[in-house]
Amino acid sequence: MTSTAGTRPKEKSQNQVTRNVWLLRLSTALWRHPWARATLLLTPPLAWFLLVYIASLVVLLVTAFWSVNPFTTNIDKIWTLSNFHAIFTTPAYLSDIGQTVGMAAAVTVTDAVIAFPFAYFMARVAAPRTRTALFVAILLPLWASYLAKVYSWLLIFTNHGFLDWVVGGLGLGHPQLIYTNWAVYAVFCYLWLPFMIIPVYGALERVPASLIEASQDLGGRTWRTTRSVLLPLVLPGVVAGSIFTFSLTLGDYITPLLVGGTSANFIGNVIYTNIGIANNVPFAAAMAMVPIVIMGIYLSGARALGAFEAL
Amino acid sequence: MQIFTRRRTAQSALAAGLAALSLTAAACSSGSSTPAASGTGSAGSSSSASQQAGTAGLTVPTANLPVLQKVGKGEGQLNLIAWEGYLDPSWVKPFETQTGCTINAKYAGSSDEMVSLMKNGGGGQYDMVSSSGDADLRILYAGDAHPVNMNLIPAAKDFFPAFQAPSFNTINGVHYGVSLQWGPNVLMYNTKDFTTAPTTWSVLYNSKYKGQITVPDNPIQIADAALYLEKTKPSLGITDPYELTQPQFQAAVSLLAQQKPLVKKYWALASEEISDFQNGNVIVGAGWPYQVSTLKTAKFPIGSTVPAEGATGWADTWMLAAKAPHPNCAYMWMQYISTPQVQAKQAVTYGETPDNAKACPYMDKLQAGSCAEFHANAPASYLASISLWKTPLATCDNGQNNCVPYADWVTAWNTQVK
Repeated sequence: MTSTAGTRPKEKSQNQVTRNVWLLRLSTALWRHPWARATLLLTPPLAWFLLVYIASLVVLLVTAFWSVNPFTTNIDKIWTLSNFHAIFTTPAYLSDIGQTVGMAAAVTVTDAVIAFPFAYFMARVAAPRTRTALFVAILLPLWASYLAKVYSWLLIFTNHGFLDWVVGGLGLGHPQLIYTNWAVYAVFCYLWLPFMIIPVYGALERVPASLIEASQDLGGRTWRTTRSVLLPLVLPGVVAGSIFTFSLTLGDYITPLLVGGTSANFIGNVIYTNIGIANNVPFAAAMAMVPIVIMGIYLSGARALGAFEAL
Repeated sequence: MQIFTRRRTAQSALAAGLAALSLTAAACSSGSSTPAASGTGSAGSSSSASQQAGTAGLTVPTANLPVLQKVGKGEGQLNLIAWEGYLDPSWVKPFETQTGCTINAKYAGSSDEMVSLMKNGGGGQYDMVSSSGDADLRILYAGDAHPVNMNLIPAAKDFFPAFQAPSFNTINGVHYGVSLQWGPNVLMYNTKDFTTAPTTWSVLYNSKYKGQITVPDNPIQIADAALYLEKTKPSLGITDPYELTQPQFQAAVSLLAQQKPLVKKYWALASEEISDFQNGNVIVGAGWPYQVSTLKTAKFPIGSTVPAEGATGWADTWMLAAKAPHPNCAYMWMQYISTPQVQAKQAVTYGETPDNAKACPYMDKLQAGSCAEFHANAPASYLASISLWKTPLATCDNGQNNCVPYADWVTAWNTQVK
């Protein structure tokens, strides 16, 4: 009994030593060969990225060239361009795409116009304490549930709702905004505003005060200084924010579903109807390529404007 | 199956050949050649195939799966896809305490959604679906339904003859579920705005009610327009709202396109329609008796009617999923839901007609006069006034191949109506 108890710690410590030696060799090897270190560190996230992101995109791309049996809705794995042909020859789908891009552009412009003075106030006018309060005000809604926010807008817009009550109380009639594209537009503008304010704020904060003073010294009045000095320097920030507002609007289907009316057919809704209801995954996949292509074009434009340096 | 395969290959060869010629031609061939895929009536089809027109040459992939011979111990869980209102606590709770099977409900808003859920849950998430006649054939021919041993469901022997082995859930004598209940899609109206009850569907096409109308967001809605045209425009020659030739179909679609500017909201879930009536966003619309009974319970001034033109309707089935993970609980549910007491409870609560002929006295016990109100005493004549949902197929009942198949209904609904 005692002899076994006596030998055990000795064995263990011997193992420990061997292990330590191996670890030491490994760490030396990694230190000597930086490429090995990089491979070890980057392989898991890269594998994840390739598997989950790239692979699913490739599957999507492949599926878009298949079709479904219209009766059983089983997928027929026969190569065809019919899905793309249907998208580009059906007036309804083209107008859906046009409406979606138009909505995304309108939301982006509106958010940029609202965000610029707001961010300017935060970055250059507000005292630190006010700035913190404003930051909290912007970030707080991002932590709230998306659905809760959209449903509260539903309550605002509905018949005899809050808006009706306020406008009606002022004797200005009944706006009846519920189930219209105006309602969708208003909700989108609200939802994505923080994504515009934050990059614009970042860009404004980085503009050196000396540049503005120099402009003023040279006789530039407020408007001239804003237009010729501030705006060109902040533009990358605005474009960076617009990537968020534009792409988020491009892909959303829940807001149109909840507050939109009979003409709330956006790209996301077409995809949703085809996957969730009609079970036509190939067509949905083909439709999903549309926003990907649009965003590709948009991102290359944004890169040219230097938006990625501002992110 | 052989016919099906051959057709498909021929179709793909055609598509490939044309693709070489031009993109347009290729897309047209596969875009509008939908009739071929639904297996048009072949020469060898028997007379019984007229009920399932257009499915001749197709076989149910799961037809030969062995059925359960004896209901064993419950698995403790049951995952059901159902219409809203079909899993009311008043009959779900007693079932759960009786059997120990906890019900997990997934509500679907349309038949298409049910087909889609069954397909994507085909890996064994769901046990059963309360699908309607327009979805059943699509589910079972896709191989997502499992044969059912009717000997294990004794209460089903008391069903009205029309629902013993209906063509929408029984193929070649093989049952794929147990028939449930049926009823009409009704015209709903706010009785404050309609002091006299409307007697025709024309109110839904009347610009007087612009912006106050709601209709279901469902391609099968084209049949409602067709039913209306059948009575108001006899020159079109519509005899069955689910079997439309191209000109008849176009007439129905353009009627719905004219209706669109009048519609406030195409509703997807019953709860949406209920809250829109309550908020006053709409005052008239098409809906189910469930919405009516829910609004009545909430003391809302709602009225409903089956207008003079008749109505479309549904006949539902609890279908068993091909890979149901809890078959014993599923059979217990089929046994339970078929009994006259439970049939009566669901009929009265939801507002539909039970399939079980013995449910009548139980209905009157729950609510006096409800048996006559929901036609549970004389279903045959009432059944004739309702055009039950069925899947529109390329082959019409008369064997001709010029009807518009359901895939085109979906496309028209999404691109021409909405």
